[in-house]
Formats: sequence, structure tokens, C-alpha cells
Amino acid sequence: MTALEASGSGEGPVAAAKAAGAGPKPLSPYSSHRRDTARKWIEILVFVGPAVALFLTFVIYPVASAARFSLYKWNGIKQFSEAEFIGFENYARALWGGNDPATKDAFMSSYTEPFWTAVGHNMLIVVLSMAIQLPLALLVALTLNRKFPMRNGVRLIIFAPYVLSEVIAGIMWLIIFDPNGIATQLSEATGFPKPAGGWFEDTTWGIWTVFFIVTWKYLGLAIILFLAGLSGVPQELQEAASIDGASWWQVQRRINIPLIGPTIRIWAFLSIIGSIQLFDMVWVLNRGGTVGQYSTIATFMMQVGYFRKDVGFGSAVAVIMFALSFVVAIAYMLLILRKDNSDNKVEA
Amino acid sequence: MTITETPTETAPVRDRVRAPKRGFQWDGGTILAIVIGFAGVVLTLGPILYLIIGGFRNQQQLSADPAGLPSPWLFDNYVGILSDGLFWRQLINSTLVAFGTTAGVVLFGTMAAYPLARYSFRGREAIYVLFTTGLMFPLTVAILPLYQLLKSLDLIGSLWGLVVPQIAFALPITVIIMRPFLQALPKELEEASFVDGLTRVGFFYHMVLPLARPGMVTVGVLAFIGSWNAYLLPLLLLTGDPKGMTLPLGITTFQGQHAADITAIMAYTSLSMIPALIFFLFMERRIVDGLTGAVKG
Repeated sequence: MTALEASGSGEGPVAAAKAAGAGPKPLSPYSSHRRDTARKWIEILVFVGPAVALFLTFVIYPVASAARFSLYKWNGIKQFSEAEFIGFENYARALWGGNDPATKDAFMSSYTEPFWTAVGHNMLIVVLSMAIQLPLALLVALTLNRKFPMRNGVRLIIFAPYVLSEVIAGIMWLIIFDPNGIATQLSEATGFPKPAGGWFEDTTWGIWTVFFIVTWKYLGLAIILFLAGLSGVPQELQEAASIDGASWWQVQRRINIPLIGPTIRIWAFLSIIGSIQLFDMVWVLNRGGTVGQYSTIATFMMQVGYFRKDVGFGSAVAVIMFALSFVVAIAYMLLILRKDNSDNKVEA
Repeated sequence: MTITETPTETAPVRDRVRAPKRGFQWDGGTILAIVIGFAGVVLTLGPILYLIIGGFRNQQQLSADPAGLPSPWLFDNYVGILSDGLFWRQLINSTLVAFGTTAGVVLFGTMAAYPLARYSFRGREAIYVLFTTGLMFPLTVAILPLYQLLKSLDLIGSLWGLVVPQIAFALPITVIIMRPFLQALPKELEEASFVDGLTRVGFFYHMVLPLARPGMVTVGVLAFIGSWNAYLLPLLLLTGDPKGMTLPLGITTFQGQHAADITAIMAYTSLSMIPALIFFLFMERRIVDGLTGAVKG
């Protein structure tokens, strides 16, 4: 058995191992076969060990603990061994108020309704991202995909918000949308309508203000990714189509957009997952609103799990959030990304 | 911001993106691109400049005319923050945490990717799959138990309590980016090294590390940005003394304490943007390469 294998591109591990086993005696830095094997395993342990240990301790163990905590009534302060096992009651409380008639009404008003409100906000942001951010970013990218003066500077600046933290973006827009701030002043000067209840406080439009801020921060990323995709589309295709009399829009619709399809679909995937897990910015914007006008699942989880010390219930919300991302991710991969992956294999 | 072409040797993606020196066609499409590009620049820079300029005003000026320019320009906010020491402490904390996280991610991630890429052993694919599942577990899902774990390890309030979990959560994407990178190193190179008497560990140290540097820079840049901007974990861990906080948490704490002095918050937020923007200017190409690589890979 070879210590090192040729990691052939495209070959599966089975094929590679077979090829290695059948091949001639390989070059090895070690004379004795057995010592070589022992030494190899020590090397593997030293190289992979720290990463695996860190990953198991600080990622897998906490995630598994979340699943376990979610089955208990626990405030996170007393010993976990004293916590009361309540089965799936935390999930029931989040989803429909719970199975205990004595506590059901209290949970409906203070936990179940805020939970579903938060889920609705996440879903709205997912839908708005696909309905508004995607076409907008695509149109901008297609327009900018040509030579024009100061092109690199424009791209650099448009992309810049991506590296600013959500905290900075959140504070900045919080000041701009202050009730006595510049946005209000501009709205009064130009007649642009302002939400009746306030930019953030309005129960209908507050979430739109948050969506606007999310878009400001992340639209540049989409534009830059699409432009990188467009730079890979062969120039000849577009020129040939133009010579054949295709209009600008026909070239985009028939050539450019289909060819950057994989990039668009991966962006959409990352955007959906990110929208479901949105936290930092919303938390900075008054923790999801004074009465949760734009709460998200993650901010709701922090409110109940950390500040109201209901770790069991918060963990159930975390698991639901994970399950939601997981189902969406699997469904998206099976339904939409599968085609791209098989395309890639043919390419490779 | 001219369109001078800088020759690039390491970034094939951006080479194709960059424009040649001349050859604009002055048709409607180019005009439209200029208009859209200009609008994008204004919408991006406008709020940032408003924040920076606002820091040069005082609260009376802001209340009297939110959209006005400073008259006169006041330096009190910026001077006050820069001479107080708190901002510098938080800047140092953020820098230490970001460098610690980046170093750990690059070191442990590359080390783990090496046997996963170039050794053949039982359980190799299982370990790789284990790391890929990590992509599905965001910090948000694990945060409540993670807080309990760090509390039992007595890491609350410590910067190590931030660095170690951040390394762990950045390992999956690092291993996923680095493994194909290391697999691509030619077999002949390895054989020649062994003939020359290098061990596998020697090969890693003398050949893999230098050759894998572009990949390591890419994953390092992504880890650095992630750490620099992190908010959720510091929010739980670094409660209490603002001197022990990182910048994002420091901003929101400053905001809470100076709620009536909005222009001071503007100055504080503006100052904390500067390191990220400088980093961005120098690393923009790496960031784009890393992101497009991650998206395509």
C-alpha cells in the first residue's frame, strides 16, 4: 500500500486506491514497511488531530448540545442535571403554543406569536432578496460589463460595503433613519413618502427599511460575483450574436444570463441561507424593533435563550432555524443545483 | 482612480476583469454604464461620507440641520476619541483576535488538509465529510450551548474564548478550499523530493507550505474579515469592561452610553471603519478571488 497517493483529478478515492495497489512498488522515504505505516499514522494524527479536536469540541459538541437542551426546561444558571426533561414541549410551544392547556395561552401570546412573526420576517427577506436584489444586481452587472472610464474604481467602491461589518452598517443607517435625522428631512423636502409609524417603528414598513439596509450592504457582493461570472463568458459569442443582428437585451437574455446561471444560483443559495440566519444587523437596529417589528428567528432566539434565560426554549428555536436552513439547502441542491453539478462534471 | 492597467501575475480571474487601457465605444451603453456606475458610487459612498463628516459637527449643528455641512468644522469628537485610549484598546483587541484567528485557521486548516489531500488512509473521506457538514452549522445555531461550554472552561471575558471557537467555525471552509489546492500539486514533485531525502513532513514544510501560499492567503483573508466583523460571540463573551471589547461590540456599547450625542457615535463608527477599509484597499483582489473561488468551488 502506498503511503501517498496520486490525487488524480476526477478520480474517486476507490479508483485511486485500486490504481495505487496495483501499481509498481512506489518510491518511499522509508525502508521498513511496518515502521512506515506506524509513522504514517502518527503523522496523520499530528496533522489532522488539532483541527478535528477543535472542530468536535467547539462546533459539533455545541450543536449536539443544542439538540439536547431543547428537550429540557432549563434556565442555563442551575446545573443542567437539575433541569426538567419535557420532551418536545419546547418545540410545541414555539409552533402552536404547547400541549399543556394551563400554559398554552401564555405561550401563545409571549412565545408562539413572536416566533411565527420572526419566521415571517425571515421569509419576507428571502422573497424580497430574490424579487428585488437579484434582478437589480443582475441589471447593474450586465450594464457595467463593458469598458467605461474609471471602471475599476467604480467596482471597488460598489463592493466596499461588503467588508464593513453589519454593526457599522447598522449604526450608520440607524443614525440616518433617526426620527429627527437626514432621511426624515429629505423625505419632507422631496415629498418622498415616509412610513407613518417611523422608519423602523412602523409595523408594516419597518422590515422594508431593514431590507433596504441589508441590500445596501450586500448588493455590491452580488454585482461583483455576477461581473466575475460575466468575465468568463467568451467575447466571441456576444460579438457573433451582435453581428447576426441580436439586440443588447437579446444578447443578455440568450447568452450572458444563461451562461452565468451557475453563479446566480449559488449566490441565491448563499443569500437564502444568510437571510434565514440574519442576526448582527437586526440586533444592532434596536434588537429587532421595539416590539419586534422586524425580529428574525436568530434575534428571537437570543431574546428568549439569553436575555430571558430560557435556554431550553431558545435551543429549540435554534434547532428549528437549523432544520429550516437544512431543508431549504437540501431542497435547493436537489432541485436547482444538481444540474450545475452534473454540468461541472462534464466540464472537468 | 484612472483606468491604468496594473500588470498582475497571480490573479487570473481579475486579469480578465480588468479593462484594457483604451477602446471605449462612446455609444449609449457606455453612457448608461457611466450613469449606473456613478449612481452606485453615490449610493455607496454617500452614507459613509455623511457619517464621517457628521463626526466633525456637534449635536446642536446636527439637530438644527441634519443634512447640513459642519459650520464650523469641529475636531472635538475625533480628538476626544483618539486621545481617550478606549478606542485604541478595542482596536488592539480586535487586531489580536483577528490575527490569532487567522493564524490558527491557516495553520490548523492547512495541516489538516495535507493528509486529507495527499495521504491514503482508512477514514480519510469520513473526516473530510465531517468537515463539510460543518458548513451547515452556523455559529447562531450553536451559540447558546457554546456560551455554556465557554463558561465552564472559564473563558468568559477572555479574548481566547473568542479566538478558539472562531478558528473551529472557520475550519470547514478552509479545509474545503485547501484540499483541492494541495491535491493539485504534481506527484512528480513529491517523488523528486523523496529521492532527495525529504520525509513527508519535510515535504510539507519545504514544498507544500511555500507552494500553497496563494490558497493560504485566500482562506486567511476570509477568516480575518469574519473575525474582524464578528459580533454575536463577543456580545455574549465580552460583557462588562469596555476595555476588554472588540471594536464592533465597542461601537454598540459606545452608542448605548452616548445615546444623546449622535455626532460622537458618528465619529466613533467612522474611526472604526478605517482599518477595514485600508485592509480592503490592499486585499480587494484577494477577497474577490476568495469569494469567487468559494462560490465556484
